[in-house]
Amino acid sequence: MKHPGRIGWWIVFVVGFLYFFVPLYGTLDFSLRSKPFLSAYTAILTDSQFTSTLLYSFIAGVLTIIVSILIIVPTAFWVRLKFPRIRPLIEFITLLPFVIPPIILVFGLISTYSKQPLALTNTDTGSNALLVAAYVVLSFPYMYRAVDTGLRAIDIQSLTEASQSLGAGWVRILWQVILPNLRTSLLSGAFLTLAIVVGEFTIATFLARPAFAPYLSIVGDERPYEQAALALVAFAITWLAMVGIAVLGRGSGGRGRFTAAR
Amino acid sequence: MTSVAVPLDAPGAPSARPVRRRFGWGWIGVAPFLLFALAFLIAPTAYLVFGSFETGQGGFTLENYANLFEPSIVTTYMNSIEISVVTAVVGGIFGFLLAYSVVAGGLPGPFRSALMTFSGVASNFAGVPLALAFVFTIGRVGLLTVFLKTAFGIDPYGNGFTLYSKVGLEIVYLYFQFPLMVLIIAPAIDGLKKEWREASENMGASSFQYWRHVALPILMPSLLGTMILLFGNSFGAQATAYQLTGGFIDIVTIAISRQMRGDVLFDPNLGYALAMGMVVIMGLSIAGYSLLQRRAERWLR
Repeated sequence: MKHPGRIGWWIVFVVGFLYFFVPLYGTLDFSLRSKPFLSAYTAILTDSQFTSTLLYSFIAGVLTIIVSILIIVPTAFWVRLKFPRIRPLIEFITLLPFVIPPIILVFGLISTYSKQPLALTNTDTGSNALLVAAYVVLSFPYMYRAVDTGLRAIDIQSLTEASQSLGAGWVRILWQVILPNLRTSLLSGAFLTLAIVVGEFTIATFLARPAFAPYLSIVGDERPYEQAALALVAFAITWLAMVGIAVLGRGSGGRGRFTAAR
Repeated sequence: MTSVAVPLDAPGAPSARPVRRRFGWGWIGVAPFLLFALAFLIAPTAYLVFGSFETGQGGFTLENYANLFEPSIVTTYMNSIEISVVTAVVGGIFGFLLAYSVVAGGLPGPFRSALMTFSGVASNFAGVPLALAFVFTIGRVGLLTVFLKTAFGIDPYGNGFTLYSKVGLEIVYLYFQFPLMVLIIAPAIDGLKKEWREASENMGASSFQYWRHVALPILMPSLLGTMILLFGNSFGAQATAYQLTGGFIDIVTIAISRQMRGDVLFDPNLGYALAMGMVVIMGLSIAGYSLLQRRAERWLR
């Protein structure tokens, strides 16, 4: 026999396939039990809390992406070009969110920023800012990695010197030369950030933010079918984000992904 | 007319930016990052560290750490560790087999990219919606539960099974555990060179001997390292467990949540110590992972 283990591998694959799809099918099946047919889906479309929480989470995600790029790109650029000595420290900090899971991070943030004079948790604006700041921290591991890998692929030394000899300043170099060259890495990072932020529950709950995952968590008490439909929406968002990354062609594996909203 | 401009690359031309060895310039470029990390990552963690050594009145104490060894808290930690070990080992082995089936097991090519995409999605599909999906499937009136009852007369809930328990949580966690294993281990399996297998076969090695003496020793650091990573992945999970059990399962992340809400026996300093115990365990697992990963890279160039 040429492939003695072929049947065995098929069994493994089928088991994995079932494990992956049966829970999704179970959710779909449950959401379709509402009467009349599809009413769970028409209901969520007219549910103002669904749109407002989802919009809130999307805006939080977009802000996270912007702040994360503004912080990470200049830092990674500078470390590569001028200050390689500090790389171990920067890498260590960007990996800290692996050691400090979301529940601990939000615990620390609330403890630190709930007392005067830094009582950010007392106001909506302050809490929103803390939420985005926490998500930016969660994005550090994979954002830094993506940007650093992207920078390695281009000759930033020559690009920088060429731009400088043409009279460009640092802001212009970063904005018009480096950033466009990092488009693919940044888009992958952005998709991943969006997927993680939209599904994030722990930090949003403890900061009492009107985000999507906390809403999804409680909506089932009164409307179980809609909750099932919303869970599928959450899955679809994750799926779209991952397909986006796959299309960008930078399937850099699973490393750096486990700060997600577990 | 003679040009007075000196070509930039002329020998002896002064460098456009003379390198000055002045302390501090390099730091300016990384200052925004460091300040941000200080404010929103390091200071909050430091707050927990200091708080864990304080009494309620602010004096120094080691009592919070001593309290971690109370039987109820030890049980909490042991539950978290048990769930993490079980899902890391089961998810690790199954993820490895799954990755191997598409990389080297002779399954059709498109299966591989399909599995990789699914794994990317599933490893990120966690928290509230994941817990819900399992409730709708193997909850008390879930699709599979009802199907087993009507089609085979098997009643899981009548036989002591419940989704809202350690075993239930393990089943749910595996949904993001084995895909993460697939994503990380697939490149390592790719790294197994065909020549190694051919060489062993030429010397008369059986398939078992090839695995025992060649493939497994090479893969072992990757396998162990990734399983340790899976351990941390599960150890730090909060949202899934919270949604599934409504906050009524005795694991560390939920115990910390309860401390934060001030529900039971509110003692913030004990909460800080609980958090530190978790950080230490997470730190050890990440250190173990990086160490083994470095070892693994030796063979996978």
